[in-house]
Amino acid sequence: MTNLQLLWFLLIGVLFSGFFFLEGFDFGVGMAIRFFAKDRAERDVIIKTIGPHWDGNEVWLITAGGAMFASFPMWYASLFSGYYIVLFLILVALIFRGVSFEFRANMKTVQWRNFWEWAATIGSFCAAFLFGMMFTSMIQGVPLNANGDISGTLTTYVNWFSLVGGVAVTLMCFIHGMNFLQLKTTGEIRDRAQSWNKVLYPLLIVGEVLFVVLLFVTTDFFERKAASTWTILIVLVILTLIAWWGVYGKHNWMAFAASGLSLVSVVVLIFNGLFPRVMIGVNNVNSILIKNASSTPYTLHLMTILTLTILPIVLIYFIWSYWVFYKRLKSPSQKAES
Amino acid sequence: MLNVGLSVLFLSRFQFAMTTVFHFFFVPFSIGLAFVVAVMETLYVFKKDETYKKMAIFWGKIFLYSFAVGVVTGIIQEFQFGMNWSEYSRFMGDIFGAPLAIEALAAFFLESTFIGMWMFTWGRFSKGIHALFIWLVAIGSSLSALWILAANSFMQNPVGYALNAHTGRVEMTSFKAVITNQQLWYEFPHVIMGAGITASFAVAGMAAWRLLKKDHVDFYRKSLNVALTIGLIASLGSIWSGDVQTKYLVNNQPMKFAAMEGLYNNSDKNGDWKVIGGFDTKNHKETWSVDVPKVLNILTYHQLTGPVIKGSNAVNQELKEKYGTSKAADYYVPTKTLFWSFRVMAGSGALFALIAIIGLFFNRRRFEAIIKQRWFLYIMGLCLWLPFIANTAGWFITEFGRFPWVVYGLLTIADAVSPTSTVGSLMFTNIVYFLLFAGLGLVMIVLSHRVLKAGPDDVETNGYSTDTAEETSTVDPYAKGAFNHD
Ligand code: HDD
Ligand code: HEM
Ligand code: HEM
Repeated sequence: MTNLQLLWFLLIGVLFSGFFFLEGFDFGVGMAIRFFAKDRAERDVIIKTIGPHWDGNEVWLITAGGAMFASFPMWYASLFSGYYIVLFLILVALIFRGVSFEFRANMKTVQWRNFWEWAATIGSFCAAFLFGMMFTSMIQGVPLNANGDISGTLTTYVNWFSLVGGVAVTLMCFIHGMNFLQLKTTGEIRDRAQSWNKVLYPLLIVGEVLFVVLLFVTTDFFERKAASTWTILIVLVILTLIAWWGVYGKHNWMAFAASGLSLVSVVVLIFNGLFPRVMIGVNNVNSILIKNASSTPYTLHLMTILTLTILPIVLIYFIWSYWVFYKRLKSPSQKAES
Repeated sequence: MLNVGLSVLFLSRFQFAMTTVFHFFFVPFSIGLAFVVAVMETLYVFKKDETYKKMAIFWGKIFLYSFAVGVVTGIIQEFQFGMNWSEYSRFMGDIFGAPLAIEALAAFFLESTFIGMWMFTWGRFSKGIHALFIWLVAIGSSLSALWILAANSFMQNPVGYALNAHTGRVEMTSFKAVITNQQLWYEFPHVIMGAGITASFAVAGMAAWRLLKKDHVDFYRKSLNVALTIGLIASLGSIWSGDVQTKYLVNNQPMKFAAMEGLYNNSDKNGDWKVIGGFDTKNHKETWSVDVPKVLNILTYHQLTGPVIKGSNAVNQELKEKYGTSKAADYYVPTKTLFWSFRVMAGSGALFALIAIIGLFFNRRRFEAIIKQRWFLYIMGLCLWLPFIANTAGWFITEFGRFPWVVYGLLTIADAVSPTSTVGSLMFTNIVYFLLFAGLGLVMIVLSHRVLKAGPDDVETNGYSTDTAEETSTVDPYAKGAFNHD
């Protein structure tokens, strides 16, 4: 394995981390549209908290996909063709979710507005769940042939571990979204988000424990790299506790950062466990390795130069765009008063 | 042709065609409309005329719908290379992935970030800065076209690569060659001009329908002026760039060109040009045609005489010698499709230029001459749909014209599909995509109608005027009803 290959493996991890940190909360806010908000006025406010940002957040996924194609075509080809139906369902979920914000705002009847609100809610749930399911089932090992094609059956994708993984990621996104709402709103919405999270965190801890047990049973992470796996898991739990504490103490920033970083630590866990592979075969001989899956040194070198020049510029205006919308939005009841 | 029936190959191709064509309804509309709106807002900045601000917000709204649908269908595009064409991805990843990743990094971040800024910051920044946001969106979307076309151009005309004999895959040897690909620099201007046409004639068409109702005459006449000016430049530009492309094709992809002009046999010295014609694609013969002498030479070489243009029968023979018959028994491309697509596209190019000139003429005076020319407004209103058809026709030529290759001379379509795909799953996804697209297209049309009907005065109240915390929520007649539902 060359340094460039290692760098790109890490960069793909960074891009997915960015995706889960950012789109994580807007998935969460999306779910909250019908499950948390009480009425149309509240839904207007919470949708507005992510309005300017959700598309930019989704570009992290598009970049991750494009970067994977460019740097590890064998990985991209194997994963995307093997997870055909899962990715298709993710696409459908993202499509409904993506158009719903724009369409909803312009619906004339309650029924149709409800339709698009449910589209956003269910789309967000499904996208988060399916991503969680995809990544957890992937690290258990999948039936790969020598060409790198996956010949899975239903249980390759849907099994206890992947279901728990899917639910856990969904819950983490939802909680992360609640933390975002606490950060971005004042009044009733903020208070309610806080009280919801007070209840949800214990649930998440239970979920995490279950996840660790199944991780132990179904993957080779603990055999191969016990020390690093344990370290990441401990960090995950500590971050969860910090976030929980932040919710109690109304330290909105801390809670938000910690819940985002706990999603990142899940990505780190997965990438750490994969290394030095990119796809784990049930039969280990067919596992796809970083050193065999990548593009040529020429392309990797080129991509490195381009990424290192463009990404910093992107980050500057990306962060600036968040800074422009730093103000908290008022809950509807407060507006009525003022 | 390759396989008929519901094979994996057929269904994958069908899916690719359906999803890109649908994506490309919205893409040129958004690219062009971003520029149109940017020009309107810039006019507002300089002329300080509130009508132009209204115009930017009003047409901007339709732009946002188109953008939303463009974005969600774009993700399908990126994923389906891996999902349906995994052998292609393995073969081409070293080259194809790079422009795709750069597109995301350099273009999608730019447009998605600044479209959010533009939507939600009316009145928060100085007028000039706010106009800059929409310009950045426009630049971002053109950049995305540039990068994806760089990828597409390689497939049409591979350059800057080497075939690795050991792995059987192509590897990039010169990125510079890939992005200075001649094909790209013919394709890109033509696509951008097509985008300009799409937006301006769609706007002009919508404005025409309102003018027929004598609704907001000043507003729609001003919109028409902006749209038709851009439309005139774009249609002349598309004719020019299309013409350059045609010349390039004669030498570079003679099979495509022969099919576009419906030539099975070599052209004669006289340069007969088929206006229309019929073909027997089984026996590779022309059955009938209406010819005009000399025009083929004029169109191709800009002079009355020129070298003989090879017909598909001759080209097929050459290609068989060059590539052998193991990959494909024949190298014919779908002649009828190319022939008619070319006529639709080039014909509409000429029509657009004409409409723009006449429209600008009628709309020029202070008094409102154009609303008296109802016949013309009807034509313009009906032509709203034509750019979408012309764009699709253009892509049909480009994509069907490289049959049977997916990467010209290197990889056939049949060798590119995912070995893991099944007929069942492809049927399922094709049906769902189809229903989804039909639904999205319908909503898009209904919403644009609604915006048009509501008219320019309504937009500010239901738009995204400000985002400040002080803002009170919009008055909503349905709020009570919504409460009861919960
Ligand atoms: C509104 C859209 C529109 C209009 C009016 C035209 N075109 Fe076009 N054409 C396109 C939109 C388009 C396109 C969809 O954008 C294509 C597909 C690929 C490309 O480069 O542009 C295209 C492709 C395309 C190709 C195939 C290129 C290839 O395969 O490499 C040729 C030869 C032309 N065009 C020529 C013309 C000529 C001679 C025109 C007018 C007289 C013309 N086009 C008008
Ligand atoms: C956006 C405008 C485009 C349209 C309307 C379009 C249209 C089509 C159509 C109709 C086909 C089916 C042709 C066939 O089956 O032979 C096709 C195939 C294909 N096109 Fe395009 N195309 C577009 C752009 C692109 C771009 C930008 C790329 C690559 C970056 C591309 C790559 C492909 C591939 C991989 C196939 C599948 C192989 C095949 O069936 O030929 N297309 N496209
Ligand atoms: C088949 C290859 C294609 C792929 C893989 C692809 C990929 C994508 C993706 C992922 C998006 C969503 C970006 C976001 O979330 O902001 C998108 C949107 C967009 N694509 Fe495509 N695309 C393809 C074809 C094309 C072509 C041929 C063009 C232009 C010539 C184009 C231009 C755009 C533009 C301008 C947008 C922004 C949305 C809009 O304006 O409607 N794409 N595309």
